[in-house]
Amino acid sequence: MIAFILKRLAVAIPTLLVLIVISFILMKVAPGNPFAGEKTVPKAVLDNIFARYGLDKPEWQQLLEYIYNVVFHFDFGPSFKYRDRTVNDIIAQGFPVTFTYGAWAFLFATVIGVSLGVAAALRQNGWIDHLAVGLSIGAQVVPNFVMAPVLVLVFTLWLRWLPGGGWDGGHWSNIVLPVIALATSYLASITRIMRSSMLEVLGSNYIRTARAKGLPGWQVVFRHALRPAMLPVVSYLGPVFVGMVTGSVVIDLYFSTGGIGQAFVNSALNRDYSTILGITILLGALTIAANLVVDVLYAWIDPKIKL
Amino acid sequence: MSHPKSDVLVVDNLDVIFALHEAEVRAVNDLSFRLSEGETLAVVGESGSGKSQAFLAIMGLLAKNGRATGKAVLGGVDLLSLSTAGLNQHRGKDIAMIFQDPMTSLNPALRIRSQLSEVLVRHRGFTPEAAFKEVIAMLERVGIPEAARRANAYPHELSGGMRQRVMIAMALLCRPRVLIADEPTTALDVTVQAQMLDLFKSLSTDFGTAMLLITHDLGVVAGVADRMMVMYAGRAVETGPVDDLFYDPRHPYTLGLLTSTPHIDKRQSRLTPITGAPPNLEHLPDGCAFGPRCAFRFDRCSLDRPPLGEFAPGRRKACFYPKPLIGEEDAA
Amino acid sequence: MLTDRRIGNLAHPAPAPIEEASAPEKGRSLWMDAARRFRRNRAALVSLAMLILIVLFTFVGPLLARWDIETIDWTVVGSVLTKGMPSFETGHYFGTDEVGRDLYSRVIQGTQVSLTVGIVGSVIAVIVGTFYGAVAGYFGGRLDSVMMRFVDILYSIPYMFILILLLIIFGRSFIMLFVGIGLISWLGMARVVRGQTMALKNREFVEAAIAGGAKPLTVVFRHIVPNLLGVVAVYATLLIPEMILLESFISFLGLGVQEPNTSLGALISEGAQTMQYGTIWQLAFPLIFFVLLLFSFFFVGDGLRDALDPKDR
Repeated sequence: MIAFILKRLAVAIPTLLVLIVISFILMKVAPGNPFAGEKTVPKAVLDNIFARYGLDKPEWQQLLEYIYNVVFHFDFGPSFKYRDRTVNDIIAQGFPVTFTYGAWAFLFATVIGVSLGVAAALRQNGWIDHLAVGLSIGAQVVPNFVMAPVLVLVFTLWLRWLPGGGWDGGHWSNIVLPVIALATSYLASITRIMRSSMLEVLGSNYIRTARAKGLPGWQVVFRHALRPAMLPVVSYLGPVFVGMVTGSVVIDLYFSTGGIGQAFVNSALNRDYSTILGITILLGALTIAANLVVDVLYAWIDPKIKL
Repeated sequence: MSHPKSDVLVVDNLDVIFALHEAEVRAVNDLSFRLSEGETLAVVGESGSGKSQAFLAIMGLLAKNGRATGKAVLGGVDLLSLSTAGLNQHRGKDIAMIFQDPMTSLNPALRIRSQLSEVLVRHRGFTPEAAFKEVIAMLERVGIPEAARRANAYPHELSGGMRQRVMIAMALLCRPRVLIADEPTTALDVTVQAQMLDLFKSLSTDFGTAMLLITHDLGVVAGVADRMMVMYAGRAVETGPVDDLFYDPRHPYTLGLLTSTPHIDKRQSRLTPITGAPPNLEHLPDGCAFGPRCAFRFDRCSLDRPPLGEFAPGRRKACFYPKPLIGEEDAA
Repeated sequence: MLTDRRIGNLAHPAPAPIEEASAPEKGRSLWMDAARRFRRNRAALVSLAMLILIVLFTFVGPLLARWDIETIDWTVVGSVLTKGMPSFETGHYFGTDEVGRDLYSRVIQGTQVSLTVGIVGSVIAVIVGTFYGAVAGYFGGRLDSVMMRFVDILYSIPYMFILILLLIIFGRSFIMLFVGIGLISWLGMARVVRGQTMALKNREFVEAAIAGGAKPLTVVFRHIVPNLLGVVAVYATLLIPEMILLESFISFLGLGVQEPNTSLGALISEGAQTMQYGTIWQLAFPLIFFVLLLFSFFFVGDGLRDALDPKDR
């Protein structure tokens, strides 16, 4: 188990470093300096600013210092745009918001998707099955940025049930629409994967064996079928996580939740390079960590994988 | 039937029908037979003869688009009339089944011990600890060395032969009255096959279990079975004691099976394959289903279907040809 | 023997095994066989027709337009809700956007952009991914593990952020969009092709070619790649909607193509912001085109997959 995790870390850490280096280089080769948007500033003042941000040192030194600060102090440095705020401040403000509805969306998509997929497989060609198949076809073409406005149109503008934006300290009514918008397409995919995997497992020889033993139906499903049938879903959870992290940008922006995605787009439009870099690295690290967790989970479910 | 013992399983007029896109296919047609206590009955036929589907039907394991009618009475209970819940009281306990492919018939995600002990917990009300003891004993009984260690293994850690032994142990845990073995040795190496057959023989003697051995391998039949039933296109075409059918087959299809099987102890100049293609169940010919492939057919065969009738004590055939077939081959 | 699995399959709308079991007609190639199966798939056929209609529309549509994409119709400015409605009289068949520009022309342009992005991304994936995957799969060993580890690393990075980073650093242009999409679109293709190549490289016809003295790269491109075309075609078709989704996502954030150019994602974004004023057509038209486009591509891709590889279900 430990060796397995170490082996995965041996891939994960270089991946993270590559991510940092690529982003850093991209930022450095960007045309124009970060303060291009400012009014004409005397050269002496500009030099001061450069020194304050460490921009006068050789680039390789800046990179090493940056990596050192990120890895050992979890310090992403000062914002290039807001003089009085660090990147850490910006992240600390937005991240809890995104994490809250993101975690709900992840939970919602996984739990409902798995249940719906199992139910559809157990009653193949029943109404739940038709619902599940219809949902999974429909949701392919309804990504979060289509889902969000449609939800707001229906539940905010027409029915007037839920607010179409804002956060309000995380009041439940502000969380519902972001969660649904973010989760729907993944819920549909998980349903589809779970359904077809469950159907395959239910048709397998070892389920026939379990039935031949006279086990009651619920035991056949939950004890014998569910775990092997979960494998494809588990390996899909990595992409789900990445997709949700990416999708949160749209959600934050559209619902004005004040989450980290909004900060990302704002800094992208403002060319606040250090904030972009910090957010990219943070989310990249989270993604890599999530993939690691998924791998371990997969190995735990499938005894054929040696830990 | 001259068997002195009583019948444990009586199957009457069993039909198995699959609903396909537009048509219905009758995989088993009006099958009736009895199985006596402690007896081993071999069911022989080529692919598509319905031999597996008949017994999956009795176990309630047909595919979703399949249904079975008729009777299959085990210990006074008609298994075919039971709901799934009712059937679950009997299968695994009074009637058990071993499947063809041991590589895929065990759950890859569960340890051997839990797949075995759940049978005892379910049907005998054992505690898991007591069940585990019994499981170890049974694994040892079916010839698995280091049973306690193997019990903790996952299926993929065992060889094919070991897995089939596990399957056998699983089926025998509750001492069923009837054991259905569906091509239990087909997927195994020849040397392992022989071991398995010996095991079957000794176990059925020890436990008094009646066995239904589904196979297409006449070598297996000769080694283990008391009686055999030959099936063709969903129907039984000949039944009787194994020796009688081997030395005096009365249905041309039985004869065909025998002459197309190589024998080590008999020097044969050539093997005679059965000519023609296996029957298409959707379009069976009028009259005898085997007619188009039969060397003995005459006018009547394409008009009427021969019924399965007793022509000597304990022997039945579904063929109009009146005489013995051996020695007549050249005449036909 | 009617095995469980076969019977199970028959309950499925996919091509019935019974028909496949019938004696093969004379000299029918894989592709003709596939075409026959594809024609029997109604959803795929309807989608293909829809797709052709949409493509035709992007060519013929502009001829009927009475306004271009950037001219502001000053007669509707200030009262878009009433005067900017879809109407044949004003020539704004799909209405106008919030600033008074013709939505009909803009939707056509958005569709063109989406189609172009999808196809270009897919073509890059075919070229780069096939080459990369075939080489890695054919030569195997250390080269393979290095090449595929690189793909793994790129895969586990949230590429959307890198793409956005690229766009803001090098400017938001079509070229940059294509470069960015091209950088990531080939990853999945490389994996698929590598797997297929590894399965093919030990087959007799490849061994025959090697025995005949063909050079390794010749073997790869003359003997292996042509046999991958089916898989590549399916995957490339399914990649198009993925790429369209990707581009629309970026455009929705306002980080895609620059004004006055537009794309379906940008139009949906604008429509989504203005719908609260009641100008629902600004959301509806781009959304309908977007959904139809994606649906068509997914179903055509699905149909191709069933047609070319009926077992893989």
